[in-house]
Amino acid sequence: MGVNVGVLALQGNVSEHIAAFECALDRMRWGDTSSVFSVKKAGELMGCDALAIPGGESTTISRLIEKNHLYEPIRQFPGGMFATCAGMVLIATHVDDPRVHPLCLIDMTVERNAFGRQRESFEADLVIDGIDGGPFHAVFIRAPVGTEVGNGVNVLARIDRGIVAVEFGKHMALAFHPELGDDTRLHERFLKKIGT
Amino acid sequence: MRLEELRFGTELLKRGFASMQKGGVIMDVVNAEQATIAEEAGAVAVMALERVPADIRKAGGVARMVDPEIMSAIIDAVSIPVMGKVRIGHFVEAQVLEVLGVDMIDESEVLTPADEQYHIDKKKFTVPFVCGARDLGEALRRINEGAAMIRTKGEAGTGNIVEAVRHMRAIMGSIRALKGMDRQEMIDYAREIEAPEELVFDCSKRGRLPVVNFSAGGVATPADAALMMQLGADGVFVGSGIFKSSNPQKMAKAIVEAVNHYDDAKVIASVSRGLGDAMPGLDVHTLREDEVLQYRGR
Repeated sequence: MGVNVGVLALQGNVSEHIAAFECALDRMRWGDTSSVFSVKKAGELMGCDALAIPGGESTTISRLIEKNHLYEPIRQFPGGMFATCAGMVLIATHVDDPRVHPLCLIDMTVERNAFGRQRESFEADLVIDGIDGGPFHAVFIRAPVGTEVGNGVNVLARIDRGIVAVEFGKHMALAFHPELGDDTRLHERFLKKIGT
Repeated sequence: MRLEELRFGTELLKRGFASMQKGGVIMDVVNAEQATIAEEAGAVAVMALERVPADIRKAGGVARMVDPEIMSAIIDAVSIPVMGKVRIGHFVEAQVLEVLGVDMIDESEVLTPADEQYHIDKKKFTVPFVCGARDLGEALRRINEGAAMIRTKGEAGTGNIVEAVRHMRAIMGSIRALKGMDRQEMIDYAREIEAPEELVFDCSKRGRLPVVNFSAGGVATPADAALMMQLGADGVFVGSGIFKSSNPQKMAKAIVEAVNHYDDAKVIASVSRGLGDAMPGLDVHTLREDEVLQYRGR
């Protein structure tokens, strides 16, 4: 099995995402037949089975999506999307901040910086639906949460402040940063859906 | 999930926060109005200070952290992270900024140093720090003290990129040189540059610094910003370069785009058109030794 994964490289922790996907693909033994690369232009989306939107500043990434004429091409992208932190803000339908123009790909309302400022950023062990082998060590950095989801959106994890992991069709959105650790269980779950 | 099981202020959270700034432009601002302009232009974060470096040079005297009232107004005005500068070694200014809710602290040579011997023990803080460096030894000493991000010192407030280039080349060149060294040579080199061995090994293994490395100190045009990115910077700080130019809004947007497309000369050409005057520059060689900010803190 092989898949091509693009990582949207406008701003944010792009190289960590590329490394994490490469590691997940190796663990699945798909490494030799797959590729992971950065994507900056609409034309590069054509070769992707999946697209990751990394963490970064959602206002900045949103502006650069528009500036680089990527808004409609990403909305029309037929593959799966893997969206973390700022990515989860961008992929939602409703965001509590007019400075972000959401892509409206997962029916969800998102609150930015829901836990507060950087000093309130935290690490925690999280029980995630469908992820076997014990809790997932999750890193939340100025993280958002989902406050409401629409029909068909599968909530995988929730904490007191709100929803922090969802799936919708082939898409996955996470409020935290799985690419900052070396636990690739979430990446593998996502990739399996893309590959089958 | 129980609150007592959460961990705050870890090395991973600090370095992770810095990593989220990659590919971005962090802009110096002195009030809420400038912060809003910076955010609208696409800055990933703003750096609050009392005066931009060019004005610190002009004013002379002691340069300190920003007035907490202005800092709070900036924090309220924008949704992007807010950073603040403190004097080298002035851990109480850092404590104050942490209490105000600043997202990252810059222990900066641009302000007048408070301690000529010691830098702040940055591991004691929950918020991450960024520090300036001129070479690999300085960078690794700061990381050893707990810095989660490094930036070149450059020569702030001059609008002259030459020192930032020198510092970026020094850091990147030293890391490239590590590739050809065996373990004993690296131990000897660590001693020579006065850096911890473990961090030298770490750089050698990664082929880069273990934290994000930005460029700062002299960026005045979109081409300057792209130059630093092509030399290996993970992102760019712009100090006086934006609000000392004749059209700050336009300059800010142009620098953001130039960093985004740093390897595409067509884009840099297009965003550099009709920007008006860049900040007036200073020849670094005409500065008296006591006017050179990069010599502060080593």
